[in-house]
Amino acid sequence: MVPLSYYLVLSGFLFVCGVLGFLIKRNIITIFMSIELMLNGVNLSFVAFAAQWHSLSGQIFVFFVMVVAAAEAAVGLAIIIAVYRTRETLNVDQVNLLKL
Amino acid sequence: MLHLILFLFFGAICVAGAVNLLVQSHPINSALSLIVVMASLAAEYLLLGAEFVAAVQVIVYAGAIMVLFVITIMLLNAGAEQHTKGSRVAILIGVPGALIGAVLVAWTLLTRGHTGSVAMGALPGSPQDIARLLFHEFLLPFEITSVLILIAIMGAVVLASRPEAIARRHTESHQPDPLPQERQPAPQLVGSGKEH
Repeated sequence: MVPLSYYLVLSGFLFVCGVLGFLIKRNIITIFMSIELMLNGVNLSFVAFAAQWHSLSGQIFVFFVMVVAAAEAAVGLAIIIAVYRTRETLNVDQVNLLKL
Repeated sequence: MLHLILFLFFGAICVAGAVNLLVQSHPINSALSLIVVMASLAAEYLLLGAEFVAAVQVIVYAGAIMVLFVITIMLLNAGAEQHTKGSRVAILIGVPGALIGAVLVAWTLLTRGHTGSVAMGALPGSPQDIARLLFHEFLLPFEITSVLILIAIMGAVVLASRPEAIARRHTESHQPDPLPQERQPAPQLVGSGKEH
């Protein structure tokens, strides 16, 4: 038996790591990976609560989060490619115009 | 006891991968450590009894999405990130703030949160039960996500393929004779008049 709070602390740690990466990283691809890390942390807490309450709905939500993450990764990486084509850089400090 | 040991083992791998993602400066190292995080998270799901979620985690997250990331890093030939003044400000403000938040959450959960404990393999769901739930109660969200995926595919294709940019790069890289159809005026997309 593992206390549920351990799982929640691990999930919170992953989420905080994602927030930190989002703040301190300058590479746009790494920032994008930090978002995936945050989504993974949330998924872990969904599954942990589903196990706590013996309910399957938490797992269904994990699938929906995964679908949204996949769609987000596809569109986001396409945007990164488009940004790189016009600016020749991946540094977010140099991407300061919304115009492509 | 076995559950706790396995949880701590895979949790330690997970934490190490997440910290390594932050520490590394090259994106490919960050991507590989993110794969480690996702694989150990799949092991945690297995410990909770969510076999189907664990399998989907490995296939979709550690497989498909991370392959997309790695291919993008390879395609753009991404090098190590440069640190600027903005990144130092972000570190000065972001690191203490995030650490305070993490300590608060952990303290609240460990001392004040009256949550129970979970047994090994506590989740009852077989893939059959999950499918029944997904295609009966959650049928409408399921269909909506399929539309979302379709729109995402179309958006990715439109955003990532810019024919006039490809033609321009061909002429810039001193290619002697670009193909005729690449010289034709491409359909006007956003920012197509941008010149370097």
